[in-house]
Amino acid sequence: MTLRTMTLTAIVALSSAAAGAEEVRVYNWSDYIDEELLSKFEEETGIKLIYDVFDSNEVLETKMLAGGSGYDVVVPTGTFLQRQIQAGAFQKLDPAMLPNAKNLWDVIESRTAQYDPDNAYSINYMWGSTGLGVNVGKVREVLGEDAPLNSMDLIFKPENMEKLAACGVHFLDAPTELIPAVLQYIGEDPDSHDKDVIAKTEPILMGVRPYIQKFHSSEYINALANGDICVAVGWSGDVLQARDRAAEAENGVEIEYHAFAEGSLMWFDQMAIPVDAPNPAAAHKFLDFIMDAQNMAAASNYVYYANGNEASQQFLEEDVIGDTAIYPDEETMSNLYTTTPYPAKTQRVVTRLWTKIKSGT
Amino acid sequence: MRRAVLIAVPYLWLLALFLVPFVIVFKISLSDVALARPPYLPQFSWDEGILAFLSELDFENYIFLTEDDLYWKAYLSSLKIAVFSTVLTLLVGYPIAYGMARAPSEWRPTLMMLVILPFWTSFLIRVYAWMGILSNEGFLNQFLLGIGLISEPLIILNTNTAVYIGIVYTYLPFMILPIYAALDRLDGSLIEAAEDLGCSRLSAFWLVTIPLSKNGIIAGSFLVFIPALGEFVIPSLLGGSGTLMIGKVLWEEFFSNRDWPVASAVAVVLLLILVIPIVLFQRNQEKQQEAEQ
Repeated sequence: MTLRTMTLTAIVALSSAAAGAEEVRVYNWSDYIDEELLSKFEEETGIKLIYDVFDSNEVLETKMLAGGSGYDVVVPTGTFLQRQIQAGAFQKLDPAMLPNAKNLWDVIESRTAQYDPDNAYSINYMWGSTGLGVNVGKVREVLGEDAPLNSMDLIFKPENMEKLAACGVHFLDAPTELIPAVLQYIGEDPDSHDKDVIAKTEPILMGVRPYIQKFHSSEYINALANGDICVAVGWSGDVLQARDRAAEAENGVEIEYHAFAEGSLMWFDQMAIPVDAPNPAAAHKFLDFIMDAQNMAAASNYVYYANGNEASQQFLEEDVIGDTAIYPDEETMSNLYTTTPYPAKTQRVVTRLWTKIKSGT
Repeated sequence: MRRAVLIAVPYLWLLALFLVPFVIVFKISLSDVALARPPYLPQFSWDEGILAFLSELDFENYIFLTEDDLYWKAYLSSLKIAVFSTVLTLLVGYPIAYGMARAPSEWRPTLMMLVILPFWTSFLIRVYAWMGILSNEGFLNQFLLGIGLISEPLIILNTNTAVYIGIVYTYLPFMILPIYAALDRLDGSLIEAAEDLGCSRLSAFWLVTIPLSKNGIIAGSFLVFIPALGEFVIPSLLGGSGTLMIGKVLWEEFFSNRDWPVASAVAVVLLLILVIPIVLFQRNQEKQQEAEQ
């Protein structure tokens, strides 16, 4: 009798534990959210949030294409999202479960529609540009007071890079962003998919290759903040986070972000739900939570990226909404360009070129 | 019956953990890349019949590997890094193992513990710690600048030097333990005999100790060489972009190109390269066991 009661109690306890432990698994970029939002989501919904991070679209894409990632919400960049939608990796969003979608900003939605027609599969989380993170003091020390801090000349002219090599230069390890930048620099279409046009970027990159210390997509935040490097080609908000970390550390390092005067790549990070998400209902709740104006504002205030949420703008701090590095003015905005995904053959050419540039073979 | 079961267990192990994964990887290496989930065709389905399935497979990806010099350069560079780091690990590890074997016996468990202790911390964290030590503003440079030995920080992080340091550090216990085991069993009276017969200490070491610890050296070297050849984490964290290793090339095929078939072909070739040292290692182990019996 006692044994039977115990077994029953155990079964009841187990099943109620299973029912109570509703989970949602989110896979987002590193350094990309105010972590207080995560606990706030758990408190409001009672759903346990498991939050993992990545630092490259390629890693995410491989998980999506392999299937069975176990994630409920993932955050690919527009170009990658488009290809993954074609491969059948995502499920359509259910508008009925996303009342906060009314907060979205049509200006951004019209742009993200080129990757995700009708924005059927994704919502915009953040957007930004790819530009220059500079340690102002060190760069001026090396190149003089009139150093071209906002120009591609800084990183694509060998005579500048030769001098900068002494204080350290990092490039993003993201060929799909750097190749378009070089094309823009030499006056070609940054979104060209023509192999011969893409090949024109090789001499430019090879010319500065000896002076690049590392190609990496997340280390530069700390490296800039610590003063280990003086220039990084990086993402806007990441550089601004480095600026803040340096200011907090009071180590005398002053970091600035500049979009390229020649034109910068504009990208959109989109939240989407994998087709095989274990808990799509909770995933929708998470998306709706993120689209809440105050929550989205809190995220932007924390990570220094612009978001695609118009209603959140009234809650943004002045140093976010008022900073043209984050919310660009009309002129910079018109200077931003976007790209489309490469087909497989072109992708191979681009990756091969990138490997050649990185390793010298 | 019992004997059959005993023999079956290791073979089942081999089948489940080596042969089945290998056949899957080999099959993918014969497929074509496609925009699908997973991103290759044909996928694992027999709906159209086995012959139709097989007819879609070919060796195209292996031919592709020979057409681009990137791949053999990466294999060669990995081999070079693996050989050099094995030699370095041996040079560092042998004296440590020797010292341990010569230490008073009450110390030995403690020394052994000290060699094994790093395994208590995650491998990844230990490699990250080296980033902190080796960076331009890191502990090593701070120290050397502090005592006035150098005036400019040494650039070590993100170079091949850092990769060697990382590999030697990480795999050192794998070198020390087998050598220590060999030296520990060494009969001290043999050395005495050599010295009585007129050998200097150095030549006794060279003529007696080294040959008798040969099996330990060989075992240790293979335990370092084999994982170092396919190493990915250490070169990607400590190495610079100029560090060309097959593990990184494989990563790029898999992640950047989304070309699982070519990535699988690279992996199969890597395995073939490793088969030679692994077979040699097995032979050595067997010989050692026979010698002991």
